[in-house]
Amino acid sequence: MSEIKEEIMIRAKGLRKTYGDFVAVDGIDFEVKKGESFGLLGPNGAGKSTTMRMISSTSLRSGGELEILGKDPNLFGPEIRAHLGVVPQQDNLDRELKVWENLMTYGRFFGLKGKWLKAKVDELLEFAQLEEKRNTKTDELSGGMKRRLTIARGLVNEPEIFMLDEPTTGLDPQARHILWDRLFRLKEVGVTLVITTHYMDEAEQLCDRLVVMDKGKIMAEGSPADLIKRYSSKEVLEVRFGSENNKSAAEQLKGVGDRLEVLPDRILVYSANGEKALEYITKLGLHPITSLVRRSSLEDVFLRLTGRTLVD
Amino acid sequence: MSLINASIDTAISIAERRRGKLGSALSAGRPQAVFMRNVYALKSSNWLVVLSGFVEPVFYLLAFGYGMGKLIGNIPLPDGTLIPYAAYIAPALLATSAMNGAIYDSTWNVFFKMHFGKIYQAMLSTSLGPLDVAMGEIGWALVRGFVYALGFMAVVAPMGLIHSWWGLLAIPAAVLIAFGFASVGMGITSYLKNFHQMDWVNFFMLPMFLFSGTFYSLRVYPDWLRTVIEALPLYQAIAMIRGFTLGVIDGALFGHIVYFIMMIVLGLTFTTRRLRSLFLK
Repeated sequence: MSEIKEEIMIRAKGLRKTYGDFVAVDGIDFEVKKGESFGLLGPNGAGKSTTMRMISSTSLRSGGELEILGKDPNLFGPEIRAHLGVVPQQDNLDRELKVWENLMTYGRFFGLKGKWLKAKVDELLEFAQLEEKRNTKTDELSGGMKRRLTIARGLVNEPEIFMLDEPTTGLDPQARHILWDRLFRLKEVGVTLVITTHYMDEAEQLCDRLVVMDKGKIMAEGSPADLIKRYSSKEVLEVRFGSENNKSAAEQLKGVGDRLEVLPDRILVYSANGEKALEYITKLGLHPITSLVRRSSLEDVFLRLTGRTLVD
Repeated sequence: MSLINASIDTAISIAERRRGKLGSALSAGRPQAVFMRNVYALKSSNWLVVLSGFVEPVFYLLAFGYGMGKLIGNIPLPDGTLIPYAAYIAPALLATSAMNGAIYDSTWNVFFKMHFGKIYQAMLSTSLGPLDVAMGEIGWALVRGFVYALGFMAVVAPMGLIHSWWGLLAIPAAVLIAFGFASVGMGITSYLKNFHQMDWVNFFMLPMFLFSGTFYSLRVYPDWLRTVIEALPLYQAIAMIRGFTLGVIDGALFGHIVYFIMMIVLGLTFTTRRLRSLFLK
């Protein structure tokens, strides 16, 4: 990677967005390189979607600098948008149109036409596994199908940067996996992906590099593995003593592992070796109702950085 | 999969050709793409609603022109010729139907697309600009106005209610009227937040329909009220079309045309600004 001259697709410096007194994005810096899969991770209201809208040139920034493919979105909005594919958080498919008509009209919005567009639409229907639904009304599709159609629609202009805002929120596990598989394929052909999510597993699966956002600020940046290494231990031991006894048990657990996190329903013990920590706890004469040893995840990184859990 | 392909006319090369051209931040020069979307959607629309826009003025003409007209008798023109009452109100009904069609499209349809369908949000995340959206939607309202006007003329001309060959110009005049109302209507709709507020539009439209010289001359009003009514767009519309169908061609007619051209220019500026601030916030 390092020998090849890396092309910067998106560059933000001190990027800010305010709505009246409310600061949605509070001076963030980041860069996204060509072919990279970049994630914005954080809870609802962290400023991820606002950041996405500024990148997709549908929201004007309040301050700082922003360049997409070297251009200022305030001045070259329509031109920049020709390079982008956008999948918004809530599907905004055209419910009055059939599946293939959605793709055709969207392609026409970009000025694409004729045979080329028709061939593209066929290709995308295949990609989204919706060939059999081409003449179905958009309203009659399942949630997962709608999402895939929205993704196919976002690809009609062959974007260089593909932006997905919470791509799998509200989908069942199977639909999520189908979707992830489609996104992997895009990554393979060199499309730059920008993804927001509040799902840890999604970020771990899809992102090469991510920033953790909270309250409009960037808390940390790195690859998922890197972040876990930096902000968490290798393993986590989760123990439950019942909500009444958690607090008093936590007192006795002080000093066990590298660090403790006391949540209302459970205690997290951060340790390189979870089993050993559990043995030690049992030796102390404590008997948790349930115990679980797992690998550290981005959830733990977030908890460490903000003192809060990610999913509401 | 050839997801990146630069050999043909790509979205990017199409967009880059617009660079530096006048208004390139507001428009991709492609309102027809927005218009075509409506052509596709027409198939799934409610035909009864579409048809009612045509039938309504015909019903009014039958009830008032022929029913009430019997009691009223003939109306004298400025030059002294007498015309039946139905011929007096037919142009007013044509003007009103042009207005209603344009307002219906630019309020109810636009409101739905804005808030529920999120159609404009999708359009403006492509390389389209707000002016493309405004022009495409207004263009659609115009075609609808044109078709209604044509239909209405096809009914009233054989009835002998068009008194001059100038009457042919009533059709483009109806389109001009629809253009004026649609360009302002879309801007107004951008301020409305719920269906309840949509009723305000009707609350304004109905009295305007009844009191703008549709069924009788403004001479019945005191001078001050006459001035107020004359400033309203529907009065201007009615006076314009009546001038054409009755063949009374004078300077006032020119004034009505200028009124609508101004309304279109201001309406388009206003609507484009509103769309820009709504979708680029």
